[in-house]
Amino acid sequence: MTTQPGTALIIGGTSDIGRATALVYAEHGWKVILTARNDEEGLREVNHLLTASQAKAELCRLDILDTESFGPFINSLGTLPNTVVCVVGMLPTQSRAVADTAYASLSLRTNFEGPAILLGMLADRFEKRGTGTIVGVSSVAGNRGRASNYVYGSAKAGLTAFLSGLRGRLWHSGVRVVTVMPGFVRTRMTDGMKLSPFLTAEPDEVAEAIYEAAESRHRDIIYVRRSWRLVMGVIAAMPEGVFKRVKF
Amino acid sequence: MELSGWGRYPRHSSNVVSPGSPRELAMLQRHIPTYVARGNGRSYGDAGIGAGVTLDMRRFDRMKGFDETSGLLTVEAGVLLADLIDRFLPRGFFPAVVPGTRFVTIGGMIAADVHGKNHHWVGGFGDHVEALKLMFPSGQTVRCSRDDNSDLFKATIGGMGLTGTIVEATIRLIKVETGWMRQNTVRAENILSAVQLLTANEGASYAVAWVDCLSRGNALGRSLVYLGEHVSLDALQERNPGAPIYPNTRGRGIAVPLDAPGFLLNRHSIRAFNALRYARARTKDELVTWQSYFFPLDGLDQWNRLYGRRGFLQYQFVLPHQTASRVLPEIMGEIATTRDPSFLAVLKTLGKGGGQLSFPMPGVTLALDFPVSDSIFSLLDRLDRLVVEGGGRLYLAKDARQRPETFEAGYPNLSVFRQQRRAIGAEGRLASMLSKRIAV
Repeated sequence: MTTQPGTALIIGGTSDIGRATALVYAEHGWKVILTARNDEEGLREVNHLLTASQAKAELCRLDILDTESFGPFINSLGTLPNTVVCVVGMLPTQSRAVADTAYASLSLRTNFEGPAILLGMLADRFEKRGTGTIVGVSSVAGNRGRASNYVYGSAKAGLTAFLSGLRGRLWHSGVRVVTVMPGFVRTRMTDGMKLSPFLTAEPDEVAEAIYEAAESRHRDIIYVRRSWRLVMGVIAAMPEGVFKRVKF
Repeated sequence: MELSGWGRYPRHSSNVVSPGSPRELAMLQRHIPTYVARGNGRSYGDAGIGAGVTLDMRRFDRMKGFDETSGLLTVEAGVLLADLIDRFLPRGFFPAVVPGTRFVTIGGMIAADVHGKNHHWVGGFGDHVEALKLMFPSGQTVRCSRDDNSDLFKATIGGMGLTGTIVEATIRLIKVETGWMRQNTVRAENILSAVQLLTANEGASYAVAWVDCLSRGNALGRSLVYLGEHVSLDALQERNPGAPIYPNTRGRGIAVPLDAPGFLLNRHSIRAFNALRYARARTKDELVTWQSYFFPLDGLDQWNRLYGRRGFLQYQFVLPHQTASRVLPEIMGEIATTRDPSFLAVLKTLGKGGGQLSFPMPGVTLALDFPVSDSIFSLLDRLDRLVVEGGGRLYLAKDARQRPETFEAGYPNLSVFRQQRRAIGAEGRLASMLSKRIAV
């Protein structure tokens, strides 16, 4: 059964996946609240939503690193959204993340600390209300730490574990938690990378998958491209003695 | 990287950068010595290839605001016409002018001042632009319209991106009651009767003729004339009850997966196809969807690959009414006797152009496709001389090979245009392979 349209809060609404997700919700008749760190960019997206879809849309400024501001931010929302989708993330350059601790910390905080704390706070409110859907966009990079991207992967592993625990804690309270594994996505984040066409999704495809998992098919964990399940199954099955020798 | 237009000829190397915001665009423009903006790469020749750097504007894809009462829509320059139609046709609005493909950007449509099958009475796309936001090489942005900076506005409509980068535009949409078109098909025995039919039907909202370039003798340039009208809701319900009011397929149709071998489109296969098409056509009156009326080729993704690896040339000229009846048969005769067949030939009438370098002038225009071959260039040089001698000109958005003399002869406002370029500091900074080739 498809959920009745309500209000969707999109955290990271100016990212390519965030923009696409906001538009899908708007097209299904939802009111959309976008958060952005940069007002100018946020305004471009909100105007686009209003013009392209005729939906109701609002902009809120939010910096995912500013955990102190989360409480006032949630209070400022007025009514609590029905669904929150968090698409915030950054893909650090691994070599720099190894050498530069401030940069590594920025990645860990953007990919894990900020999203986990914010979603945790919203989860408490949703639990009190007794309804709500929380969607966290994590990454297959978090399934197993690889030599080439473990700074990013470990933060996403943290987020995946956090969402998994949250789902267990809340399932009997009527609040649902969805973990989304997009795999490779053709976005600004992956611009210039050579990506396999079979494993790479378009932002629109991810957005449709998010909406479907959250509002109509009610899934817990989704891989946007199914082929990733197989790839990650193989990676997970490798003995550590072999895995540590594989360069990828 | 190697870039080309839709015709895949010529190919030039150019550095492509894709700014994501006006701020980023301004910064880039200040630092790059020479560049030009590119939309979705659907101009046929070298207009969208920067001499040095090419600014890919497709990330400027946000819509900004719409007013239902006036039909005025403000969008960023990289918004695709296809997306605009997807969003606004279901709300009862349609662009006043559309070219033959919907996979073009709004900025590109303005830069080329594209025309549709209704130029004879509504003008070009530029005539439905209310205002523009233009960024100079300095990074400074100005608004221009028919009232503010009107000279610059007229230089930018059809100015091929050479008077600044179009960042944003406000355009006027028209109201339609359905997404259906009423299409009347009429046969014309030769090129002159096709011109007569088009001129006699200037009261029709849309009119275009498909021309068979390989017929000879008395049948030289025999044609099928298609007249079109938007269908009202009442008419749709009467003639096609139960049909969706706004038939909308978002899909892009089937794709041409590979480069076709060059011999696929030869004079024999085309002659057979044309004969069949002409023979099967009857005078008829039918309802067709907006896609099949306006964008028949969009159903075949990457159809440009049908011409093989060497690519193809589009040749579109306009001739004033006074000389058209004399020069058109001469041109058709030249084409019919060469070994280079034109698969697609489209004839329309045009009205007055809206910008300084706009292609349209009151007269008749013919667009032709030729696969690139060793012999094609000398044929087109001969056609150039006939066009210039007839007081006509070539369409810059399709051009890949004309000489500066041909260009200069056809565009009398060129000196005013050059003055505008000097005034905003565009000379030497804003340049495409087209503008270098024809010495704008």
